[in-house]
Amino acid sequence: MSDTALSPGDEPPVTPRKGGTARPPVDPPGRIAVRKTYKLYIGGVFPRSESGRSYEVTDHQGGFLANAALASRKDARDAVSAARKAFAGWSGATAYNRGQVLYRVAELLEGRRAQFAAEVRAAEGLGARQAEAVVDAAIDRWVWYAGWADKIAQVRGAANPVAGPYFNFSLPEPTGVVAVIAPDSASLLGFVSVVAPAIVTGNTVVALASERYPLPAVSLTEVLATSDVPGGVVNVLTGRTAEIAPWLASHMDVNAIDLTGAPPALADDLAVAAAENLKRVFRPRYHDQDWIQSPGLDRMLAYLETKTVWHPAGT
Amino acid sequence: MPKFDYAPAPESRAIVSLRESYGLFIGGEFVSTIDGRAFKTISPATEEVLAEVTEAGPADVDRAVAAARQAYELTWSGLPPRERGKYLFRIARIVQERARELAVLESLNNGKPIRESRDVDIPLVAAHLFYHAGWADKLEYAGYGPDPRPLGVAGQVIPWNFPLLMLAWKIAPALACGNTVVLKPAETTPLTALTFAEICQQADLPPGVVNIVTGAGETGRALVEHPGVDKVAFTGSTEVGKQIARACATGPHKKVTLELGGKAANIVFEDAPIDQAVEGIVNGIFFNQGHVCCAGSRLLVQESVYPEVLASLQRRLGTLRLGDPLDKNTDVGAINSAAQLAKIRELSDAGEAEGAQRWSPPCELPVKGFWFPPTVFTGVSQAHRIAREEIFGPVLSVLTFRTPAEAVEKANNTPYGLSAGVWTDKGSRILWMASRLRAGVVWANTFNKFDPTSPFGGYKESGYGREGGRHGLEAYLDV
Repeated sequence: MSDTALSPGDEPPVTPRKGGTARPPVDPPGRIAVRKTYKLYIGGVFPRSESGRSYEVTDHQGGFLANAALASRKDARDAVSAARKAFAGWSGATAYNRGQVLYRVAELLEGRRAQFAAEVRAAEGLGARQAEAVVDAAIDRWVWYAGWADKIAQVRGAANPVAGPYFNFSLPEPTGVVAVIAPDSASLLGFVSVVAPAIVTGNTVVALASERYPLPAVSLTEVLATSDVPGGVVNVLTGRTAEIAPWLASHMDVNAIDLTGAPPALADDLAVAAAENLKRVFRPRYHDQDWIQSPGLDRMLAYLETKTVWHPAGT
Repeated sequence: MPKFDYAPAPESRAIVSLRESYGLFIGGEFVSTIDGRAFKTISPATEEVLAEVTEAGPADVDRAVAAARQAYELTWSGLPPRERGKYLFRIARIVQERARELAVLESLNNGKPIRESRDVDIPLVAAHLFYHAGWADKLEYAGYGPDPRPLGVAGQVIPWNFPLLMLAWKIAPALACGNTVVLKPAETTPLTALTFAEICQQADLPPGVVNIVTGAGETGRALVEHPGVDKVAFTGSTEVGKQIARACATGPHKKVTLELGGKAANIVFEDAPIDQAVEGIVNGIFFNQGHVCCAGSRLLVQESVYPEVLASLQRRLGTLRLGDPLDKNTDVGAINSAAQLAKIRELSDAGEAEGAQRWSPPCELPVKGFWFPPTVFTGVSQAHRIAREEIFGPVLSVLTFRTPAEAVEKANNTPYGLSAGVWTDKGSRILWMASRLRAGVVWANTFNKFDPTSPFGGYKESGYGREGGRHGLEAYLDV
């Protein structure tokens, strides 16, 4: 492992516990609520960080929400292994099948619409209607990408009229394992908007959730786990972007990286590290993206390779 | 049976008239260097000096980029797309008119057989220019939105293995999409690029739309790292490709496409037509002396037909004719440079040292120039350097497999992913294999076929971006 300016081995500063200043959510009258442990999602299961670390996640007013897992380098590497293992099956599934699986995610998300609106609201401090609009957009985004699964090859493929007795065609194929640094500000819609376009075409993903607002993405993994998305197709890490992203950027078995959620200075370092095995690097042109807007094809195309096959024609 | 020897059939050099020395082609004319120096370019077959050319310095590159910028802003971007296309059509036609001269010059400076430069390189150059000319006024139908815009100034660095063809792959789409270019040909093969500059003059291409700066690695570095360049296109080694990716990772945004090395598997199944497959193996690795990034340098033979394929291959290699690149009978020409010859020797020696068996047909090498005999290694394991590293020479490593799954596993066991070949009579197996091989181009029952309509480029560490076809336009559009 080459030593870069990133010094990814440094232990990140862990937010000191606030000693009771951040108050937990109030229990309903007459009942002690059963709270959720927010864990990682790797290879279809929900481990804690192997490091045993966690960090405090607060709401927009500083109130305690939960302790999220603080993922380590080892967790990141485990997630890459899981993603690699899942790649053959997922990329080999029919496009129709992948489309149905993504649509299934939308179905289950719809059923938990109220829960996600509350989580997004608590995390980002949005108003009730705004939070609902964000969840609705996230659901619709799954539907939009679900429909692309069996159309992208027709839109981006080609039969090429070569000057010779050959049938020559080009098809898009998934790049492989994609590391995604999800946007920090849009905890659910942003996360969905960067993960769905990578997996719909057959890639598998290791996604680093929003550092500030990780909880909606963690809850989304419960939806993914029950939507027939095969284990390992989406792996979700929570923790410090500056600590984990460099390990993903320099990992030799990661084929592409989406730097959307990386601050500009870190993104430069990550892009340099990514050159070591010529990862495909996706860097959005504009920093403040309006995630509600229709996304276009950029993110799907960023993780597609074009394969061209020559076959002789003759008797 | 009586044995009839070939009579020499040399192509005349008279058609080529070279200047004693060449400046840089900047702003539509040949100019002297500001801060560079002169160096000699030779024929690798004889080590004869052909001409003196210029190694451009940073100030020269600066001047070329400025000329390209000016041409982009003042003339080229304002030209109706149809007119842009007509310039490219015109250039394609002049290439056809001067095809023989270009073929002879290419063989002289590169060392490749005239049969190849005449029948493959130069016809494909014209085809690439002609194909892309037609795109210039049709870009809104290419699938990149209603009004795809050019990027600006393209800095392009090309290799020595197909000097003029790589130039055409770079310049044709760049110009068709409305960019202007500064192109650096390879250090050892600048002459057809400089002749192309004369063709641009003959075509009355507006000054500065195409600029040619000759030189070596430092000139190339100055070009790709120049802040005035909006687009970097590079074909060459994976090592340099990574340097470029690193250099362009920071600073102002540059669109980068890289076409890099390969270690292609050429996979022969037991049901393949063996004679055809052997021709394909020979074409796969000995075409252009193996100086081909997509060369089929790893032969994977199904165990059941291994003895038959190997015997047939060795018999066929005994008939290859190595020698004068300008002789029309020549199959295998000269290695392009002393440095490349040293690299081929080093890796071949490593193959022997690591325990593989080396074999070459009886083959007399000319005394002068750079030569290496067609070479086959058997008993090669996947761990051997000759099975992992790109040799870029006429050296074939032979491995075996039993099942299709094992063939896929071995073929994909490389950081590269440029091309692959499959030989079998079974159509379903071709498609099964093609979908599992992690490579940008898969040739089924053929190898080393190229066409301007056919997207070319790699997976994994063979680079990113495509050249050719509708897909190749993306590299030169702001999309």
